Amino acid sequence: MNQLKLVVGHIGGAVLLLVRTAGFVKTLPGQFGRFIEQCYLIGYTSLPIVTILTFFIGGVLALQSGYSMENFGAKQFIGTLVGLSMVRELGPVMVAILIAGRVGSAIAAELASMKVYQEVDALETMNIPAERILVLPRLAAILAMMPVLTLIGIVCGWYGGALICEYTLLISVDSDSYFTALKQYMKNKDVLDGLLKAEVFGFVVVLVCCYIGLNTRGGPREIGASVTKAVVTSLILILVLDYFVTKALL
Amino acid sequence: MAADYTATPFVGRTFGVTVSNLTKKFGNVTVLNNVSLEVRPGEIFCIMGPSGSGKSVLLKHIAGLERATSGEVRIGEHDAADPETRTKVHLALVFQAGALFSSLSVYDNLALYPREHKLCGEAGIRERVMHALSILSLEKAAQKFPSELSGGMKKRVAIARALVMEPQLLLYDEPTSELDPVMGATISEIIATLREQTAVTSIVVTHDRDLALSIGDRVAIIMDGRIRATGKAEEFRAPKDPAIANFLTPVIDLKNPRFKQLENNNE
Repeated sequence: MNQLKLVVGHIGGAVLLLVRTAGFVKTLPGQFGRFIEQCYLIGYTSLPIVTILTFFIGGVLALQSGYSMENFGAKQFIGTLVGLSMVRELGPVMVAILIAGRVGSAIAAELASMKVYQEVDALETMNIPAERILVLPRLAAILAMMPVLTLIGIVCGWYGGALICEYTLLISVDSDSYFTALKQYMKNKDVLDGLLKAEVFGFVVVLVCCYIGLNTRGGPREIGASVTKAVVTSLILILVLDYFVTKALL
Repeated sequence: MAADYTATPFVGRTFGVTVSNLTKKFGNVTVLNNVSLEVRPGEIFCIMGPSGSGKSVLLKHIAGLERATSGEVRIGEHDAADPETRTKVHLALVFQAGALFSSLSVYDNLALYPREHKLCGEAGIRERVMHALSILSLEKAAQKFPSELSGGMKKRVAIARALVMEPQLLLYDEPTSELDPVMGATISEIIATLREQTAVTSIVVTHDRDLALSIGDRVAIIMDGRIRATGKAEEFRAPKDPAIANFLTPVIDLKNPRFKQLENNNE
């Protein structure tokens, strides 16, 4: 019962943080520098790892499905399978997981450290709301960067699959056939749904990590604990939300 | 359009502080128990007490960073718990470890307040920041980052950051802790000089006896969350209360069983 109260309390706290932050939306144009800085940190610096990860996920997906589909004589559909899997599921989810591990942990650590070392209190005494200068630029940046990263991830995944299909002897599906199959069953709605999922995941990850970071109490040890808590909570939420968002979009 | 700032001494209206029956509980632990005290406008009021006695929590209530379980704090006629009060009374708090923003240079740390509140244009901000830095002899550190500063410099930058806010109520949390005696004396002098020049009401939380008795107009001793005594600084040079005397001039008795136990542990 106490655990339930705690969870409800945290959900309420995160929603309150979101509402407070939303109250400062009009100040965003005046914080263009902070927004661009966060776009750089969230988007640009995540780009190499997103491309590498999704490229190999596409490759492994093609490899695994290629061997299985060969048995059914359906290997001409590998492109469809890899294409749709990357767009609808693996692209948004894997990029979100990566963002949780890389960006979410960094946000939680930075804000937790600012809280522990009283920088957030210092802001409060100056009547500068932490929601305005610490949370809002990060939320805006993730909303701007998540579709870009996901789209790049999806394309890398497609090319990873194409490369494996082309150069793996047992599969041997050439790129043209692979991309023809990929395009055949792909609809605009699939891409839009995938990007929408990515937006939801990214937004929730950053909100949760900001909330946990800003609610850290204690000393340096608690900073580490907050980072772990932020990443674990984000990963759980990504997978739980994945089910509900997918169901809602179907 | 924000007017440009013209450097003037930070003189303004000063505020007194009234703490009435303040109690703060964290769960089952009572940190402040029915604390009442009055700080007069323009004075340096030192709050002393052993570690864990509730000094910093009391300061946080005055700064409006904590909510009281019961009782209230008023700054002038304003309720300290109202965030607007901090702006109305130009309250500034110098944190124990400085609480400087590690990602910003010293200059940007000081410029943050006027920039965010759009108090003046960039030229005015520069003048304001450099004026505050010059008071603390920190002009050369303007482009440095907090990680490049010594402990004493961090404290001085924290004071300079408070000065940029043109405070009428200046709170210090352990301003001389972790500093060598020379730097501690320098900080004491700065606090006294600032009050002299600006008539700012200053509340200093400290466990540094020399600081409190040398610069404090009045001193309050807090023990176990209660105010044990309040009076003029000179009254505490030879206190009659044994608990206060023991706190201010502790006698180290090596025959104390605790030391024996420590000796045994070391063996």
